[in-house]
Amino acid sequence: MSFRTYHDVVGEDRSQLYAQVVAQRERVGRRLASVRRVVAVMSGKGGVGKSHLTATLAAGLASRPEQRVGVLDADLRSPTVARLLGVSGPLRVTEDGVEPAIGTAGVRVVSTDLLLEESQPLRWHEPATERFVWRGVLETGTLREFLSDVVWGTLDLLLVDLPPGADGGVDLKQMVPNLAGALVVTIPSEESRRSVARTMCSASEAGIPLLGIVENMSGYRCDECGAVRALFDGTAGADLSEKFGVPLLARVPFTPGAEPANCDTPGLVDAFLECIR
Amino acid sequence: MKFLCVGCDEQMTFEERQEPGDGTFGASFSCPKCGHKVAMLANPMETQLVGALGVQIGGRTLDQQPMELTRSSMIGREDAFEDIAPSKPGGVRWSAESEERLTKVPKFVRGMVKRIYVEWAGEHGIAEITPAVMDEARADLGLEAM
Repeated sequence: MSFRTYHDVVGEDRSQLYAQVVAQRERVGRRLASVRRVVAVMSGKGGVGKSHLTATLAAGLASRPEQRVGVLDADLRSPTVARLLGVSGPLRVTEDGVEPAIGTAGVRVVSTDLLLEESQPLRWHEPATERFVWRGVLETGTLREFLSDVVWGTLDLLLVDLPPGADGGVDLKQMVPNLAGALVVTIPSEESRRSVARTMCSASEAGIPLLGIVENMSGYRCDECGAVRALFDGTAGADLSEKFGVPLLARVPFTPGAEPANCDTPGLVDAFLECIR
Repeated sequence: MKFLCVGCDEQMTFEERQEPGDGTFGASFSCPKCGHKVAMLANPMETQLVGALGVQIGGRTLDQQPMELTRSSMIGREDAFEDIAPSKPGGVRWSAESEERLTKVPKFVRGMVKRIYVEWAGEHGIAEITPAVMDEARADLGLEAM
């Protein structure tokens, strides 16, 4: 006895699981049709100030005329962008979807920070065992719903603040095939260079255009005399720029107490606009 | 997923779904030719894994709600969402008992669950949502976890 194949049996598949997955993908496409560009902000390493830079860039861009900007905080387990952009919940839900919170300079924001209890980790209703099997699937599902179910409206730019590492960018690229590219954040150190290089390799292999590099914490600015002094050894920004042929857009010094709304990052916004032009 | 009656080489037709407890998902099928019946039982992990994809086993009869997967799976803060009721005239009524029962649903997901019941009742021409209607909708839509 030999079975017929699934497709040989022409009757209806009542569950239509595959069709439901396809419908989810189409839903993302429909929602983002009014977003001119989606750009990922990524790093290979935690603690490089990626989220702060995302918030700073978003606020700086949104302060320019005719720049409508959104930020999707894809760092689901360690969300910080919402606070940096001064937003809080609740999120309104209408028939059309979930309305984003409105932050500094009118930036539209969605983050798990708005969904989780204060100081509580990201947790799911779960069976007691084998959670590793499906936890990643759920997190990817939440990222997909942030893309598809938030009423982003008409945007010139949606910045997606990814968690450290390469996987988030690859997942995002699969959900948003026309992803405009990635902005890469590093600090000057050799450790960061090695880690970020791996992420840039993965991004390139996934077909994500590397738009530019920002070297963050590139020295620190003394708040008394204004001088910039070295903070880390290394020249990771320049090294990565040369290795990958990607422009180094800015070297941003660490400024104690700086908030994204009033960060002085000369040239960052203009350099970014130039690289996505 | 399709079920084939080997003896008749016929695709079996869906009869009913049940979630009998412990996360098990069950669906029964019968052969339209010989009447032979089978039940498929998915263990809790299989059910959870498929559910984590944001798809509905047994197919969708209502449109997906905004952030449905996130709201039904994540342990979130009570005041995370403010659900705005649709402004449709002639809306469905809620009995006092069903309103009371709804308050037992965690607030993180309550507004969405309420909307699902309303849409289901509207689809079935039901004017008042009672606990019995809620039971029927839950069984039909696979909302046992809600």
